[in-house]
Amino acid sequence: MTDPMTPGIAAARLSKEALAENFADLHAPYAPHEAAVAADRCYFCHDAPCITACPTSIDIPLFIRQIQAGQPEGAARTILDQNILGGMCARVCPTETLCEEACVREAAEGKPVEIGRLQRHATDVLMAKGDHPYTRAADTGKRVAVVGAGPAGLACAHRLAMKGHAVTLYEARSKPGGLNEFGIAAYKSVDDFAAREAEWVMGIGGITLAQGMLGDDLTLDGLTAEFDAVFLGVGLGGVNALRAEGEERAGVEDAVSFIADLRQAGDLASLPIGRNVVVIGGGMTAVDAAVQAKLLGAQNVTIAYRRAREDMSASRYEQDLAASKGVRLMFNVMPKAVHGNGAAVEIELEYTASGPDGLRGTGETIRLPADQVFKAIGQTLTTDAGLAVEGGKITVDASGKSSMDRVWAGGDCASGGDDLTVTAVAEGRDAAEDIHRVLSA
Amino acid sequence: MADISANFLGIKSPNPFWLASAPPTDKEYNVRRAFEAGWGGVVWKTLGSEGPPVVNVNGPRYGAIYGADRRLLGLNNIELITDRDLYTNLDEIKRVKADYPDRAIIVSIMVPCEEEAWKAILPLVEDTGADGIELNFGCPHGMSERGMGAAVGQVPEYIEMVTRWCKQYYSKPVIVKLTPNITDIRKPAAAAKAGGADAVSLINTINSITSVDLDNMCPEPSIDGKGTHGGYCGPAVKPIAMSMVSEIARNPETNGLPISGIGGVTTWRDAAEFMALGCGNVQVCTAAMTYGFKIVQEMIAGLSQWMDEKGHASLDDFIGMAVPNTTDWQYLNLNHITKARISQDDCIKCGRCYAACEDTSHQAISMSEDRTFEVIDAECVACNLCVNVCPVEGCITMETLAPGAIDARTGKTVEADYANWTTHPNNPSATAAE
Ligand SMILES: Cc1cc2nc3c(=O)[nH]c(=O)nc-3n(C[C@H](O)[C@H](O)[C@H](O)COP(=O)(O)OP(=O)(O)OC[C@H]3O[C@@H](n4cnc5c(N)ncnc54)[C@H](O)[C@@H]3O)c2cc1C
Ligand SMILES: Cc1cc2nc3c(=O)[nH]c(=O)nc-3n(C[C@H](O)[C@H](O)[C@H](O)COP(=O)(O)O)c2cc1C
Ligand code: SF4
Repeated sequence: MTDPMTPGIAAARLSKEALAENFADLHAPYAPHEAAVAADRCYFCHDAPCITACPTSIDIPLFIRQIQAGQPEGAARTILDQNILGGMCARVCPTETLCEEACVREAAEGKPVEIGRLQRHATDVLMAKGDHPYTRAADTGKRVAVVGAGPAGLACAHRLAMKGHAVTLYEARSKPGGLNEFGIAAYKSVDDFAAREAEWVMGIGGITLAQGMLGDDLTLDGLTAEFDAVFLGVGLGGVNALRAEGEERAGVEDAVSFIADLRQAGDLASLPIGRNVVVIGGGMTAVDAAVQAKLLGAQNVTIAYRRAREDMSASRYEQDLAASKGVRLMFNVMPKAVHGNGAAVEIELEYTASGPDGLRGTGETIRLPADQVFKAIGQTLTTDAGLAVEGGKITVDASGKSSMDRVWAGGDCASGGDDLTVTAVAEGRDAAEDIHRVLSA
Repeated sequence: MADISANFLGIKSPNPFWLASAPPTDKEYNVRRAFEAGWGGVVWKTLGSEGPPVVNVNGPRYGAIYGADRRLLGLNNIELITDRDLYTNLDEIKRVKADYPDRAIIVSIMVPCEEEAWKAILPLVEDTGADGIELNFGCPHGMSERGMGAAVGQVPEYIEMVTRWCKQYYSKPVIVKLTPNITDIRKPAAAAKAGGADAVSLINTINSITSVDLDNMCPEPSIDGKGTHGGYCGPAVKPIAMSMVSEIARNPETNGLPISGIGGVTTWRDAAEFMALGCGNVQVCTAAMTYGFKIVQEMIAGLSQWMDEKGHASLDDFIGMAVPNTTDWQYLNLNHITKARISQDDCIKCGRCYAACEDTSHQAISMSEDRTFEVIDAECVACNLCVNVCPVEGCITMETLAPGAIDARTGKTVEADYANWTTHPNNPSATAAE
């Protein structure tokens, strides 16, 4: 173990035990009795607001009642019917801004029914049984290419397979799962859950996972020629530039790559982390990078966000989580320069004010020690494959159809909806339904 | 501060909370602990005749019904009367009574329906110095199959006969404990009175099967793959017990006969309700078995606080006060018209009132796009279901329409006069109001 006070970037700032504790499950799973007590709090609302708030429209009161009635497996079926990645969503959904925000008990007493944890309870019980609960319809003879094995691609592939279509699931990386595997904070998906879930989803059969990269060894023309339909769920692979002086210095990194490395690390103690870390951004990625930097043993971690707290896209819950881990939140500051002699040593931030013509620097600056600077200022589309694009995303209609015939898209790479796992699942599923409709016409 | 001491049939106790005849009162050790905890009295676990005692099953005796968070709402048991030697019990009773002269000790008895049997045991009980006896005519399982317990309690003639023997061979108060496993509770109560009983106590447990093991297809508690009905008690039985108590209290034939109320008493409020319906005291079993003897402290503190708030100086100030207001349906005022009112400030928009009224009642609640729920007076029959299903206490209430107001449902003016079914024009046997 390295001395935690070691300057610069160093591995093993904490003991193995401390690291194991830091990266344990953020919310422990319910014991059965806890689940029963939590389930009893549900009022079984009429036309429940939580259902509307869930992007995949899970029948939440029904599944909770099934838990109450002693059948968590049945509850899981209710969840998975709508959202085949219900297990991951139970772990990563910002429920505080989705179903639980809409819960009438949130309005009444500030304590919603813990829908996410109940959902995890149900799906865990079912998945622990091992078997895949769905069967495929008779083979339709139709073949569909799904590009990208993230939440959108997996949900789409599963629904298509269920309808009897043969799916080839192309993935550029060595593992399926997308950001579930490479992006989500480690403490939200412990015990290799993302990989186990992807495996389990594909357990329905009829899905062939293939290595392939659109824009490299695959082209959209080639795919449309070979398949009856194509779905693109390629996510947002690129990262925005900081546009600050000294951005090229060693120590300035993409938050997403940092997290991907962390998620794939066999031994957390092997990951180098700065003593002084500054994360630029205000979304979930910024929070996850900052919190995990802190958990790896960084002494000082600061999130520097250019607007006010209210404007942060990370929820108040995520902000408080960061604060509780010892991350400092700074608002109304933007990066001006990264100073150092070769490697980063300091970051210079400029205070901002919003005026009639948008956000501008006030001229006043502040310098923070920074061995490592993580950029978490948004991801970008890496390939549009020649499709119409709006706001940096592939243009799709409500059913996920792109500008090109027989090509659909969904998830982060497609227009509409928030960049969330659950939204990607909903869009993948709905596109599959539309593809099925078109293919069976 | 209110005086909560009780005088039931001349038997004094520092409070009206007695432990019912059951496991909590099975032996000296428990009863001493109960008195130390503050219980006003006990009815000793039922004694049987001299000789080899009964034997209990050696598997589970209880089954249960739960509410949220495994809160025990109903308990079912297949236990018999005491399975300990008669003389052991009598010696213990005598010792405890001597040490706790200010507490009530009643001896529960169940012996065969023969005069000799009663004649034999009563002097032995008299000798303990206990304050009275309770005749267990209620036990619904095991003993009834031997012609005792509920088997006697279901035949009013037997009740009268045995009660008479007891009054003949025993000098102190005789309480007759009634079984609820009967169609008309007034009959056994009247028989007890006719036999000379000083009081009745009720209810004993209700025939029940609490659950069925669906793997082994056997009622629970299951003994080697077989189950039997047991006796149901606990909070779930309180409404049934209170109705039976009220029937006896307001029946002209038994009105005034002292009653010891039993069945689901768990807090001071339950006790106050039983007493308002005419009980001189209450007996408790399941609540003590669930939470231990300490619960009596809440009962004592709660009852005296409530009495202070209401200005009741002693128990007699409120015992029976609700009896005159317990009537038959036909005497309820049909001119009393209410409407449900939903407080928009308190509403949490769960929509349960809507589902209940729309699906199962009178389509009298409207739901708007933004989940505002409002009562449609023209449809509301004032059934109270919305009030009962609303999770927020006090959010939906019933507003009484003042005389002169128009009932939007019937279009009629609300009348000030009382009018009931007996005089209603729709009643074929209505008698014209004078
Ligand atoms: C750090 C971080 C934390 C997050 N935390 C949360 C959270 O807690 N909760 C939440 O709901 N959301 C969270 N999100 C957002 C969420 O992960 C995404 O919205 C979701 O994963 C989008 O799913 P997707 O299938 O559209 O894309 P992705 O998950 O990005 O999957 C795209 C897949 O396509 C593959 N691919 C890309 N390009 C190609 C190509 N050209 N050819 C073939 N394959 C390709 C990729 O390798 C990847 O497997 C987080 C995102 C990040 C970056
Ligand atoms: C395990 C058990 C054993 C009982 N044994 C007797 C008994 O021996 N004699 C008797 O009169 N009542 C017996 N009862 C009935 C109780 O005295 C009491 O009437 C009944 O439980 C209702 O009161 P509660 O709801 O407070 O429990 C027994 C009840 C239980 C639970
Ligand atoms: S009182 Fe009954 S009828 Fe009236 S609104 Fe409520 S549920 Fe409907």
